[in-house]
Amino acid sequence: MSTQIEQETETEESADESVTEPPVESPGDRRRQQKRERASRLDEQRRVEEEVSEDEETVSLKIFRYDPEVEGKEEPRFDDFTVPFHKGMTVLDALIYARDHYDSSLTFRHSCRQAVCGSDALFINGRQRLACKTQIGDLDSGTVRIEPLPHQAVVKDLVVDMEHFYDQMEAVEPYFDADDLPDDELEEQYQSRENREKVKMSTRCIWCGACTSSCNIAAGDNEYLGPAAINKAYRFAMDEREGEQRKQDRLRIVEQEHGVWRCQTQFSCTEVCPKDIPLTEHIQELKREAIKNNLKFW
Amino acid sequence: MSQSFNRGTVEDFGRWREFSAGMWAWIFHKFTGWVLVGYLFTHIAVLSTATQGAELYNGTLQGLEALLIVRFLEVGLLAVAVFHILNGLRLLFVDLGVGLESQDKSFYASLVLTGAIVVASIPTFLGGKLV
Repeated sequence: MSTQIEQETETEESADESVTEPPVESPGDRRRQQKRERASRLDEQRRVEEEVSEDEETVSLKIFRYDPEVEGKEEPRFDDFTVPFHKGMTVLDALIYARDHYDSSLTFRHSCRQAVCGSDALFINGRQRLACKTQIGDLDSGTVRIEPLPHQAVVKDLVVDMEHFYDQMEAVEPYFDADDLPDDELEEQYQSRENREKVKMSTRCIWCGACTSSCNIAAGDNEYLGPAAINKAYRFAMDEREGEQRKQDRLRIVEQEHGVWRCQTQFSCTEVCPKDIPLTEHIQELKREAIKNNLKFW
Repeated sequence: MSQSFNRGTVEDFGRWREFSAGMWAWIFHKFTGWVLVGYLFTHIAVLSTATQGAELYNGTLQGLEALLIVRFLEVGLLAVAVFHILNGLRLLFVDLGVGLESQDKSFYASLVLTGAIVVASIPTFLGGKLV
């Protein structure tokens, strides 16, 4: 019964529409109608073009695979995937396509897809890069070779164990901690423009771990803080709002044997940093700061 | 990580084709440094023959200079020393925080300069008659 009634009302409505519509149609409506048709034709055309071009252009991926928990996959190997290429495609897009269309067990970290979260630092074509920030069109070679970050233990496929990296980051106490706070807790703590400019680049770190993975020294010396952590230390040590006492504490952390002095200025961290932080420059400045701090003339 | 996972081709120096300027500068600086340390011992050994009299000293030096291989080694030594000096200057500027953006260019410059000086030195080292 109920369905019948609904049907009736529907037919009534459509009848109403067919009756009421023609008289209302004005030249404007006609123009809009034509415009809509043109737009849908163009859309269709574009869609077809895209499909055709997708059929033509593909990109081949060579992806590192490893899964210690599955029998037969404990041996690291490379899997090849061919995915359709479109203009503006990033390596992460290609990875997502491969996972969604070919192999759902392909494992990798990603989150924001816009170079902010720092979870998809990978070893792409022999270099640490953010997959979401790397355009496939910008890569030189035809095949894209994707591996997990070197010098970190692989958990599965492209996922590495970041625990040690996070430990290092936390070792430099990466938080704002001023000597004296304003009396009113809600009062703003101003920073001079010059001081802000000084620490500006170092604040851009997204904890992706690309620099530490690229560092040859950090690879051989696990106690070395690594470029990312030292950059964090720089960011707060150079912040004038923190006060002299806190700065001394911070310098004590970085001037240890496995602190800034392990850096041998290979510049690999500066080169791979997806946020263009001049890491070597910051490390060198902390070295000078540490020396100035310990020089005594008497 | 403490236990480095063996991923076949992923690790370190097997990837030398992918090294950039700063990394090459570091490797060459290390290498030339060790060569110079090694040379220091030879240098002391040869010079200390002077304690046994002028004749022995002259004889040793003349004997060495008579060998073609020694002439070539001297060219090599000059190359190593010159590169180490020039890259050392580069590192001095890096330590002072001057011109870190152009550290790769200064590395190439020191390489080119080393090459030029070595080429210019070849007549001096190899030109003399082998006795």
